[in-house]
This record gives sequence, structure tokens and C-alpha cells, in this order.
Amino acid sequence: MSESANDIGSDAVATDSPRAKTIGDTLLDVKDLHGGYGPIRVLHGLDFHVAEGEVVVILGANGAGKTTTLRALSGKLDATGSVMFGDEDLISKKTADIVRMGVAHVPQGRGTLPELSVEDNLHVGAYIRKDKEVRADIDRWYDVYPVLKERRHQRAGSLSGGEQQMLAVARALMSRPKLLLLDEPSLGLAPLIVQDLFERFRRINQETGTTMLVVEQNAQLALSIADRGYVIESGTISIQGNAHELMHDDAIRKAYLGV
Amino acid sequence: MDLFLARLFDGLSNGSTYALIALALVIIYKATTLINFAQGEMAMFGAFVVLVLATEQGLPIWVAVILGMVFSAVAAAGIERVLIRPFDPYDHLPLVIVTLGLFLSITALAGIIWRFDPRAFPRMYPAGTALTIGNATLTWYTVGVVATVLIVAGLVTLLLNTTKIGLAFRAVSSNIESSELAGIRVGPTLQFGWALAAAVGTLGACVFVADPIRQLEPSVMVRVLIFAASAAAIGGLDSLWGAVIGGLVIGMVQSIIVPYVGFIPNEMSLATAVIVLMLVLLFRPSGLFGTARVERV
Repeated sequence: MSESANDIGSDAVATDSPRAKTIGDTLLDVKDLHGGYGPIRVLHGLDFHVAEGEVVVILGANGAGKTTTLRALSGKLDATGSVMFGDEDLISKKTADIVRMGVAHVPQGRGTLPELSVEDNLHVGAYIRKDKEVRADIDRWYDVYPVLKERRHQRAGSLSGGEQQMLAVARALMSRPKLLLLDEPSLGLAPLIVQDLFERFRRINQETGTTMLVVEQNAQLALSIADRGYVIESGTISIQGNAHELMHDDAIRKAYLGV
Repeated sequence: MDLFLARLFDGLSNGSTYALIALALVIIYKATTLINFAQGEMAMFGAFVVLVLATEQGLPIWVAVILGMVFSAVAAAGIERVLIRPFDPYDHLPLVIVTLGLFLSITALAGIIWRFDPRAFPRMYPAGTALTIGNATLTWYTVGVVATVLIVAGLVTLLLNTTKIGLAFRAVSSNIESSELAGIRVGPTLQFGWALAAAVGTLGACVFVADPIRQLEPSVMVRVLIFAASAAAIGGLDSLWGAVIGGLVIGMVQSIIVPYVGFIPNEMSLATAVIVLMLVLLFRPSGLFGTARVERV
């Protein structure tokens, strides 16, 4: 995976012939992950992995531990177990350091800075970078998502929900991450907007090779862009498989696809 | 007319000093949505350091002021690290109590070191008058104070809007969680806010006591803090220029409205500031220039 998230250019997005997708070595390897909030333990020994270039989705009902899992990966709560990211264990590392190692996290709800302008949001995304290509990357995002350019001087909080979610993703990708964590990106958005959003995620993954770990309740849509999936129930992984299998698994269809 | 002008000039100089302390309050409020009740006392302590540097060490006053601002910034950074950061930033009551504790401790410390007798503060601006209209005189002090507050508000705005630490500061002010997830180190960023606020506050205290009619003593900033807090709230608590306008409004109310409205006794000028504040908040709950925290979903 030699490409970075920032190779997304208008040309790349405009073409309809994505490059062949390559799945590489294991990027994230989680073993026996326990964690929670103070005395309330939410995760009871999770095992899963994400390979370079993959889109992996974690499905689960409310309260199953999906958000908690991502927060544990980002160092936002006390967790035990092993979270190998490349050669380094993320357990007990600080959030700011985990971000610098290449993990970008779009939190649930609106992961934007509502009082800051759209452009400042993108600058904040590039906060950890010291290279000179930040301006060029911002301009590329303006090409990919012109509404951000039109509204670059407006407060992020004045954008629509879907626009804010896309800005939050763009902000996260401005850090040129190796791994993008997406926490329920569909939450609170209209179905058509969610579809457009997931289509963009698929393209970003295909065109830049950015590895993604998506946590979702909208199983059908999430599985449609994923390579593999896990189902989390009461803080443990109950089912796993490739996305195609999961989409046709009877238990999952009943529980999460509503068919 | 002369009397009106004289009162206007008075209001300008008082209002500008309130504005400087209000700026300090707003800087910390923006970052933490917390009012630092010790801001005035921290500023008073810084002014004493300036006084010592200028009178006992014989440094030129503006050199002493800048060194005093640096001293206050470093001390505030230490206070943030030791007394503020260990507490949960979302739980305000313990933090308010910490700032009240600081308020009392700093006054006591200043009293122990410098005793409670008032001391004359060196002049920071040329003596004499810049302009005389009839019997009303505009002193160089007033011109200097107004210029100082405008320059400081301009520099702080520039610092927050054009530098990387300023970007981090604004990001943390807007959303701590998202800022952290962008790799911003929240603790040091808030520490920067405390340092900046303390430096501005110390300048405000120096400017206040540099008025030839005033002297420096440990309790000098108590009243000023109340006016400054009202000024900050009128401006919207999170707006730098709102704090400046709010300071001027409070200064004007105090020197123009109070003397003209016969039934307000002079002793009530403090309460009048608060009444003006209540009226503003009644009609504009987030102040004149404050950000209404509304998000589209």
C-alpha cells in the first residue's frame, strides 16, 4: 500500500475504472480486547483483524460495544489486551500519539469543529503534518467535494448533516492515515445521503487504498462496501466472515437486515 | 457638554481596563467554558512583580511590564498543570472552587510578600493632556489605555487566527474530542490559553493602577473583576471583540449613566453594571457577539 489517502484527486474520483484492489498484510490485529467505562465493562475479549487495503465492518445492536471498540483503539478509554498496529501495541498509548502513528477516527455524530470554518476544519485535520502539501490536499478535497469549497469560509456547524459527515471524513483523511475508523457514519442521515456517503467511502478505499474499519447498524449498506465483517454481541465477536457470506447469512438477515 | 465629554473620557479609560481583564476571562472561557475567578488576583500579583522590577530593580516600565507578563504566563502555565489539569474538564464545580481557592491564596500571598499598604505605580503613558475641549481634558493616559486595549485585542486575534497553536486553541474551544482525535494535545493547548490570559490580565492590572489616581494594593482588582466579568458576558463570553465592546459599555454606563440618573446613588455603580448585564442577557442570551451554540443535525 504505497498510496496515501490524499491521492484522491478529481481525476481519480471522476473515472469509473478503479484500480484493482490489493489486500496486504495484517495492519491491525486485536486480541482479547477488554475495556469499558470505569466499573462498567463493555468489551469482554474481542478478537479481530484488519488487513491493509481492506474495508472491515463491525455490526451490532445498540449497546453491543461497537463505539467502545473504536474508542479503545484510539486510546480514549482504558483497555487491556493487545492491539497491534503494524509492529506497535496501541494499548495504553495516548490518543495524540495514536493519531501520529496513522490512525484517524471519525467519531459518532458530527466529528467536525462546528465553530470553525470548513477550511480551518481541514487544517485541523492536517495538524500533525509537517510537510508542505497540506494546501494541495485541501484543494484536492475541494475538487472531490465542491460543496466544501463553496462553503470554505462558513462555519462547519452551518453545513447539512451529510455535508458535515463528509467534512469529518475529509478532515480525518487530511492526516494521511493508514487506518480510518468510522463510527456509525449513517447515524441521523437520510437514506439517499447515506448511500452517497458509502459510495464515496468505497471509492476512497479503492482509489487510495486507505484501510477502513467501519462500525455500523445499517448492515446492508455497510456490507455492500466491505470485504469482511464481524458481528459483535454483548462485547464479544459472535459471527465473522466475508461480506458476501454475511449478507446471505440467515441469522444476520433476521437480526440486522430486517428481512 | 464639557461635563459630558469629561465623563465620556473617563468611561473610555475605565472601560478599556475592564476590557483587558475581560479579554483574559474570555480567552480562558473560550477554551474551557470556565470563568477564572482568580484572573484579577493573578493580574494583581503580576502587577506587583512589575512594580518590583520597575522600582527596586530600576528597569524601564515597559520592559518591566513585558517581563511581568512573561512571569504571569509561566506562573499560569504552572497553575494550569498542577491545579487545573488533574480535574475533569467537564465538571465545572470543582474547577470553580479551585479558582476561588486561587483567588484567596494569591491575595494572601501578595499580602504576605508586599503587605496591604497601597503603593504608587510608575507611569506607563506620558503625563499631561492630549486634547482640551472647554473644561474637558483627554489625557495621554486615556489615549494610551484605549490604544493598548485595541492593540492587544488585535494581536490576540492575529495569534489565534494565523498560528498553529492558535488553530489548536480554536479547535479545542470548539470540540475537545474531535481535536484530540486530530492529534492535538489538549492539555498543553489549554495551558497555552491560561498563559496567554494571564499575560493579558497582568497588562490590564498594570494599566489600571498606572492611572495616577490609583494605587496598587492586593485587593485592587476585586471590583475590576466584577466589571470585567460583566463586560465579558455582555460581549458574549466567547468573543474577543465582544469583550472589548462590553468593557467600553460597562465603562460608559458607570461614568455616564450613573451620574446622570439622579436616583442611582454612586455606591450603586457596581450593581448598575450587573443590571445592564441582566438587561443584555434578557434580550440576547448569548451576549452581543457570542456564539449561539446551535448545531444542525
